[in-house]
Amino acid sequence: MSIFEYNGSALVAMVGKNCFAIASDRRLGVQLQTIATDFQKIYKIHDRLFIGLSGLATDAQTLYQRLVFRHKLYQLREERDMKPETFASLVSAILYEKRFGPYFCQPVIAGLGAEDKPFICTTDSIGAKELAKDFVVAGTASESLYGACESMFKPDMEPEELFETISQALLSSVDRDCLSGWGGHVYVVTPTEVKESILKGRMD
Amino acid sequence: MECVFGLVGNGFAIVVADTSAVHSILVHKSNEDKIMVLDSHKLVAASGESGDRVQFTEYIQKNVALYQFRNGIPLTTAAAANFTRGELATALRKNPYSVNILLAGYDKETGPSLYYIDYIASLHKVDKGAFGYGSYFSLSLMDRHYHSGMSVEEAVDLVDKCIMEIRSRLVVAPPNFVIKIVDKDGAREYAWRESVKDASTA
Repeated sequence: MSIFEYNGSALVAMVGKNCFAIASDRRLGVQLQTIATDFQKIYKIHDRLFIGLSGLATDAQTLYQRLVFRHKLYQLREERDMKPETFASLVSAILYEKRFGPYFCQPVIAGLGAEDKPFICTTDSIGAKELAKDFVVAGTASESLYGACESMFKPDMEPEELFETISQALLSSVDRDCLSGWGGHVYVVTPTEVKESILKGRMD
Repeated sequence: MECVFGLVGNGFAIVVADTSAVHSILVHKSNEDKIMVLDSHKLVAASGESGDRVQFTEYIQKNVALYQFRNGIPLTTAAAANFTRGELATALRKNPYSVNILLAGYDKETGPSLYYIDYIASLHKVDKGAFGYGSYFSLSLMDRHYHSGMSVEEAVDLVDKCIMEIRSRLVVAPPNFVIKIVDKDGAREYAWRESVKDASTA
């Protein structure tokens, strides 16, 4: 049994027209047993930057605490928020620090960069960045998510259509994965607002 | 195997633990209290290796007391839970503790709360939680009968249902359980559920 599959997770981020969406499932499990159905996997770093952490829940929590710490220090020193590209490099560096004893997490980073251009990327557990122009996925349902996103994605979607697309891709993928699911958590971020929604899917 | 479970009710949180201290096939004692009173309004129900359980929970208890001495105010339940998680997480890649914890507490501002902290330091605030083989029975029963804002009577009734289920369906079911409750009046022992009394010494 892989350590990445101990808690179960599904994460996806998609790029739209001057906006992005990031979505996760809500299950916290211990192998076959479901502990909670309201577990948060997507965290806000600042109003225009979100990070989702899949994989082992304890490492996701530790990593999130470390990243928030580093970002707060950055804010104090630079008197501004971190750009998404910079934050992705920070995540990559922090993960590679533990190269021979890694955090068992796969992060998905999504943010609005300069001129409201959406930025998404994912890294593996030791910090290898994967930038994408359309969508990134992570978690135990990642293979299903790749298929669903590839078929459903269109470039330059408006926020409403992006929300529909990412929700459908997430729900259909987690239904094929026993370790993730129990609803969905979607954030759609535009330059002016952040819309948070809870999805009700198959509760199994 | 060790059974620990708990739930949050209307203005209180209740935790239950079995009371067997087992070493391989031998039951050392059947009145071992595994729910520690962390401070006036917090309970820690711990399950796992007995050495780690006692050492770790005492360490947390003393540090929570130290905070209160130094700062003049007690830690909130959330703060105590996050501190516990931090200690488990730090030790995880050096010298891990094999202890699963349900931390129940009552805060004046936020009311009762229950935190699930497993041995690899995953932390989550829950309404009902359980550890061990008994969790397969108690979690399902609680899923069926639990609703938010249960009274003490309803909660103890549900607890008794869980204990009956564990006793009848778990092959090496522990015979005795202790129930502790925490509410605005503090953390205290509520009851014992004994089906086998320890042989008393002369």
